[in-house]
Amino acid sequence: MSHVKPVLHLEDIVKTFPGVRALDGVSFSVMPGEVHALMGENGAGKSTLMKVLGGIHQPDGGAIFMGEERVVMSGPLEAKAKGIVFIHQELSLAEELSVAENIYLGELPRKSFGRVDWVTLREKTDAILKKLNVAFNARTRVGDLSIANQQMVEIARALTVDAKAVIFDEPTASLTDAEKVVLFDVIADLQREGVGITYISHRMEEIFKITDRITVLRDGQYQGTLETAETNEEAVTQLMIGRKLDLSRNPSHHELGEIALEVRGLSCGSLYEDVSFHVRSGEVVGFYGLVGAGRTEIAETLFGLRTPSHGTILLEGEDVRLNSPADAIAKGISLVPEDRKGQGLVLGMNCRDNMTLPQVDDLKAGPFVAEGAEISIFDQYRDRLDIRTPGWKQKVGNLSGGNQQKIVIGKWLSMKPSVLIVDEPTRGIDVGSKSEIHKLLRSLAAQGYAVIVISSEMPEVLHVSDRIVAMYSGRVMRTFTSEEVTEDSLIQAISGLGGDKAA
Amino acid sequence: MQPGALSKALKGGAIWGFIVLELIFFSIAGQFLSLSDTAFMDFDNMLLLLKQSAPIGIIAMGMTIVMVNGNIDLSVGATFAIAAIVLLDSMTWPIFAGLGDWVIPVAWLLALLAGTAFGALNGLIVWKTGVDAFIVTLGSMLGYRGIVFLFNGENPTSHLNWTLVDFAEAEFLGLATASWFLLAVTLGIWLLMTRTVHGRNAYAIGDNREAAVNAGIRVGPHMMINFAIIGFLAALSAVVFYSESGSVNPNDGQLYELWVITAVVLGGTKITGGAGSVIGTFGGVIAIQLLRKGLGHIGADTSTVNLVIGLILIAVLFLDRQLNLKGKEALRI
Repeated sequence: MSHVKPVLHLEDIVKTFPGVRALDGVSFSVMPGEVHALMGENGAGKSTLMKVLGGIHQPDGGAIFMGEERVVMSGPLEAKAKGIVFIHQELSLAEELSVAENIYLGELPRKSFGRVDWVTLREKTDAILKKLNVAFNARTRVGDLSIANQQMVEIARALTVDAKAVIFDEPTASLTDAEKVVLFDVIADLQREGVGITYISHRMEEIFKITDRITVLRDGQYQGTLETAETNEEAVTQLMIGRKLDLSRNPSHHELGEIALEVRGLSCGSLYEDVSFHVRSGEVVGFYGLVGAGRTEIAETLFGLRTPSHGTILLEGEDVRLNSPADAIAKGISLVPEDRKGQGLVLGMNCRDNMTLPQVDDLKAGPFVAEGAEISIFDQYRDRLDIRTPGWKQKVGNLSGGNQQKIVIGKWLSMKPSVLIVDEPTRGIDVGSKSEIHKLLRSLAAQGYAVIVISSEMPEVLHVSDRIVAMYSGRVMRTFTSEEVTEDSLIQAISGLGGDKAA
Repeated sequence: MQPGALSKALKGGAIWGFIVLELIFFSIAGQFLSLSDTAFMDFDNMLLLLKQSAPIGIIAMGMTIVMVNGNIDLSVGATFAIAAIVLLDSMTWPIFAGLGDWVIPVAWLLALLAGTAFGALNGLIVWKTGVDAFIVTLGSMLGYRGIVFLFNGENPTSHLNWTLVDFAEAEFLGLATASWFLLAVTLGIWLLMTRTVHGRNAYAIGDNREAAVNAGIRVGPHMMINFAIIGFLAALSAVVFYSESGSVNPNDGQLYELWVITAVVLGGTKITGGAGSVIGTFGGVIAIQLLRKGLGHIGADTSTVNLVIGLILIAVLFLDRQLNLKGKEALRI
């Protein structure tokens, strides 16, 4: 392909944030009519690279070329004007507006006096929607659509402008198989028109189905580019995580105790249905599934944040009703939430105060807070969890992600729970600290806690769990033990394919 | 019927249902409690009500677009007073002495320009500093009111121009001048919000500001235009009202911002922005005026009126929240 110029070429991009070298000399190019996969674990630098391309971050080194020309992206507007279209994973839609208005957001066709040309708008939109083969029309309010259909609206935006390069960031995270087929047709159409496509995804089967080349990043470094036809999943995985996958299986089991928590036939409206599982003390149960499979909602129910519509929750054999988080904490259930910074910590408060937040009501000396008791709790868990901070006065916002997560875990351990639920424990945490958190979770189980780990990262689930519950659109598809689980069977189960067959 | 259609219909039509309820209540209660002989739902009484709604109503149309945009403007009452002073005082300026009655359009223009400029200034500050509109306009509410007092101290500013009064008290097709202005403004802002790119972008910005920015909508200028519009409308409201009364106290227009916001919220505009309609606001304005007038009709005093309106506002917001909850599975906050 040496005679064809790439539509988009990033050369030796360097981007540093205080304390982190997020991108370290990464090169990446997309040919016209090519689908080029960008892969890497969370935190490997994929999104930073795309933000540099979109002009949200300015690179500290390196250059961006479009065709022959060197360009400097000053912001999202300029990227769009140059024909680079981003399809975001996080939906970027205005819910109260119609589908047509969302697709043409910022570019509504005009008539005289700044009036919207509704006729043209609807015609153009309906033409695009027809291509996408969706069941809604231009007038539908976006807020009334399902998440999957909202994603289709987002995808429709790629078809409005004369795009030269389109970046799909995890576009299939919430799509059903039928919708995926449509998406892949759209991608094939764009390919035929000579558009260069960057496809970011974690799903191997998609990558091998539609891409031409695969570029892998790890810890902000360029690991190599492979021809999809000449490689296999194992080789790509090895590039991604820097070791063979098999080594990362959970090797040991602990002595299991009594059943600490059991859930029977639990349903919560349309969020999840008929979910049953149990966790013994000393056991780590992993919940694996796609975004929107209902895992976080189950955790929220167990923590008293949602009221289930059916089913029972048994704690140590006793039927319980959990009406509020305070209720759940009192009964020995703790939740380390998904969004560490938003839900788990008060970033502007110091380490000690964050750690003792749930029990500060009880730590009193007369009318005042007992500072001594607070500090002793903090010291105890700092030593036990190996939290690295200059002292308890340090603001939590200044700590690294791994240490922040340990503060959250320490906060809940100090409440002496019997069941610890951890939602996405290593999201946004660098690889070194990841394995530390994993070890910590294993050792907590060894000490007799019942641990539930919710994760979207397969290596993580495989590594920490004794058993794995696979979920697909609100249902438990299958429960695996760590001996019988294979990646294939796990992927099939969470995609809703033959999960209930014996593997 | 699609799921959710009932609650949507309830929400959309709620304000009109509320108005009907008020009419029925005051008509029946009026039979027993009222001191006057005339029925509450007298046609002339209703026309008067529309006229009395105009000062608040005209500003409320501007507040709708500002709130849909995700902002708020607390300074409208002060802008209203400034515009009134400019209107009445400029008619006495010596440089306009030779104009005769032609001073009227000049004074109108000056008052409207002043309002637009003060509104645009709010918008410019919100745009350029990124400070929340609540804080910015809280500051300008105090500041603009200060300007009002600087002008003439505690004394009222008065000027009666009989030609102007005749115009303001004129009736056309049975409707008073003020009513015509209210209807025209409502129509104008309705067209602006539903038919123009500027209006649709205002919705998008209020709904999901990040999405709007990503889509290349220039958020700042849109917000500034909307603040200029509400400034203009606050001035227009003053122009219509003081053409008739001819005398402005430095405290006039105080608490107008709260009445206006109450009407807009009653009319179904989301406080966080992104949703709301001019027609709903019109309903909200009428509902409040009905309530004030109706309670007066059955002999309640002003303090009772305020208490009742306050309670109703809270009840409406509570009801709105209940209708918006997606069943009991929803996350508890």
